[in-house]
Amino acid sequence: MELLNIFVKAIFIENMVFAYFLGMCSYLAVSKTVKTSFGLGVAVIFVLGITVPVNYLLENYVLQEGALSWLGSGFETVDLRFLSFIMFIAVIASMVQLVEMIIEKFSPTLYTSLGIFLPLIAVNCAILGGSLFMQERAYANIGEATVFGLGSGVGWLLAIVGIAAIREKIRYSNVPAPLRGLGITFIVTGLMGIAFMSFMGIKL
Amino acid sequence: MKALRKLLDNIKPHVSKGGRFEMLHSTYDAFETLLFVPDRTNKNGVHVRDAIDLKRTMMMVVFAMVPALVFGIWNTGYQHHLALGESASFLDNILHGVLRVVPILVVSYATALGLEFGFAQMRKHEVNEGVLVSGMLIPLIIPIDTPLWMVAIATAFAIIIGKEVFGGTGMNIWNPALLARAFLFFAYPAQMSGDIVWISGLGSMENLPDGFSGATALAAAVEGNISNFSFMDSFLGFIPGSIGETSTLAILLGAMFLIITGVGSWKVMLSVFVGGYLMALVFNLIGLNPLMQVEAHHHLVLGGFAFGAVFMATDPVSATRTEQGKWIYGFLIGVFAIMIRVFNPAYPEGMMLAILLMNTFAPLIDHFVVQANIKRRLKRAVVKA
Repeated sequence: MELLNIFVKAIFIENMVFAYFLGMCSYLAVSKTVKTSFGLGVAVIFVLGITVPVNYLLENYVLQEGALSWLGSGFETVDLRFLSFIMFIAVIASMVQLVEMIIEKFSPTLYTSLGIFLPLIAVNCAILGGSLFMQERAYANIGEATVFGLGSGVGWLLAIVGIAAIREKIRYSNVPAPLRGLGITFIVTGLMGIAFMSFMGIKL
Repeated sequence: MKALRKLLDNIKPHVSKGGRFEMLHSTYDAFETLLFVPDRTNKNGVHVRDAIDLKRTMMMVVFAMVPALVFGIWNTGYQHHLALGESASFLDNILHGVLRVVPILVVSYATALGLEFGFAQMRKHEVNEGVLVSGMLIPLIIPIDTPLWMVAIATAFAIIIGKEVFGGTGMNIWNPALLARAFLFFAYPAQMSGDIVWISGLGSMENLPDGFSGATALAAAVEGNISNFSFMDSFLGFIPGSIGETSTLAILLGAMFLIITGVGSWKVMLSVFVGGYLMALVFNLIGLNPLMQVEAHHHLVLGGFAFGAVFMATDPVSATRTEQGKWIYGFLIGVFAIMIRVFNPAYPEGMMLAILLMNTFAPLIDHFVVQANIKRRLKRAVVKA
């Protein structure tokens, strides 16, 4: 029940895009067609689903104060938290390399259409945000951390696929010239945020 | 009639291309088409021989809302006198209601039409009648005690950000009236909730008779007091609430009108009710909090559920366009409306937000329906080697 709670919360209530406005760069840049954005969304789910639990292990067995006590009694007071940013980023970067290789092997079309934004997942704030939220919220076990990572990814996928469909639709609209392109996308994002506010405050 | 035609014909050269008031063309066009049937016909391309056009469609929706509006006017007076413990005749109720509701209606129409005309001149598109529907919907879904300036701001937000930035009528993603409601709700939460905004002219709680509660049925249901509102009262509409949403009966009259004239989609309406009913049944089985225990059929007549299902969800612009998509879209609205209502005590009015949410995903539903269709047809096609 707790796992389901975390999952639903990560998708809807604490949606990466609409509640925290994280991961906006690729969200705005790759959301021109549903197909591409779906591919990127799946890649983000994959990366979040791996990096959050891996970073969870790092956090609990290396970084936290006293986490290194398994090495011996002399390490009980060691606090390596100041290293967490660099460690998390290193894990994320290597995972993204992995995803990139997998996508290039199995779907060259998706690989070319994602272009530069695939390696840029490494610096996508939603990914690092996922790891930092995990650290801040201190999940009880690795299962919860994994579910949180996957849920955040699914929420991000939902957001980018939703806006991609809207952008495909408004391509035929008579949008005022100054607003065309990114301008209207920002307005759409804000209005989508209003729609997602319906979930704020839900207690499961 | 002839004199009118003559007057219009006299003005016409001035506002046509090259005339002195060319920029006012769309204003002229709006009045001309409002008064007379346009006589322009296509010279080439596809001809659809049908009397129904955007103007007719939108007017039908406005007519369909009249029963709800009239009942709302009466109910405003009725609730006011009931709350103060005064006895009042039918006429007193109507009079009070008219004095309260008409200013809101006037403000919302003035703002909406003013902006629409302004944008039509500037952006050189026609004045569209969709604005008549939005201008009517907004007063019907807000609490009666909303200050008039808030109505004006919300209407302006709805027309500009909700519609004109997308290019005007027919291009918007979200229902403008719902955006106005959501805007009010999130921008002025203090004035939009609580127990006294739903009944006209109360001012504060102090001058009220003891034991009085002005809470809406949904707010009472959160406390577990739903038994104060019988099913029949809620169905007929003798309960406090937004102006037009209380009487499910009046709304159903409008729904019948919409379905018979073919303007509203019965698929959407039906699937919203089915979705809501099934979801409420499921919650009845769980029954953890007072709202979950509200009987399923009672859920459908509370709050804005029926109003949203009939007038908001069926909006042809912001709903899904595909026929299968309409079933999915409507069903999910019903499900989400009950879910938000039950799980989120902060927003018992889940219907409006559920429709906004599904408006967001309507293009996506359409996309998947179309893709599935393409796939199915491709399979049927025989590829010759």
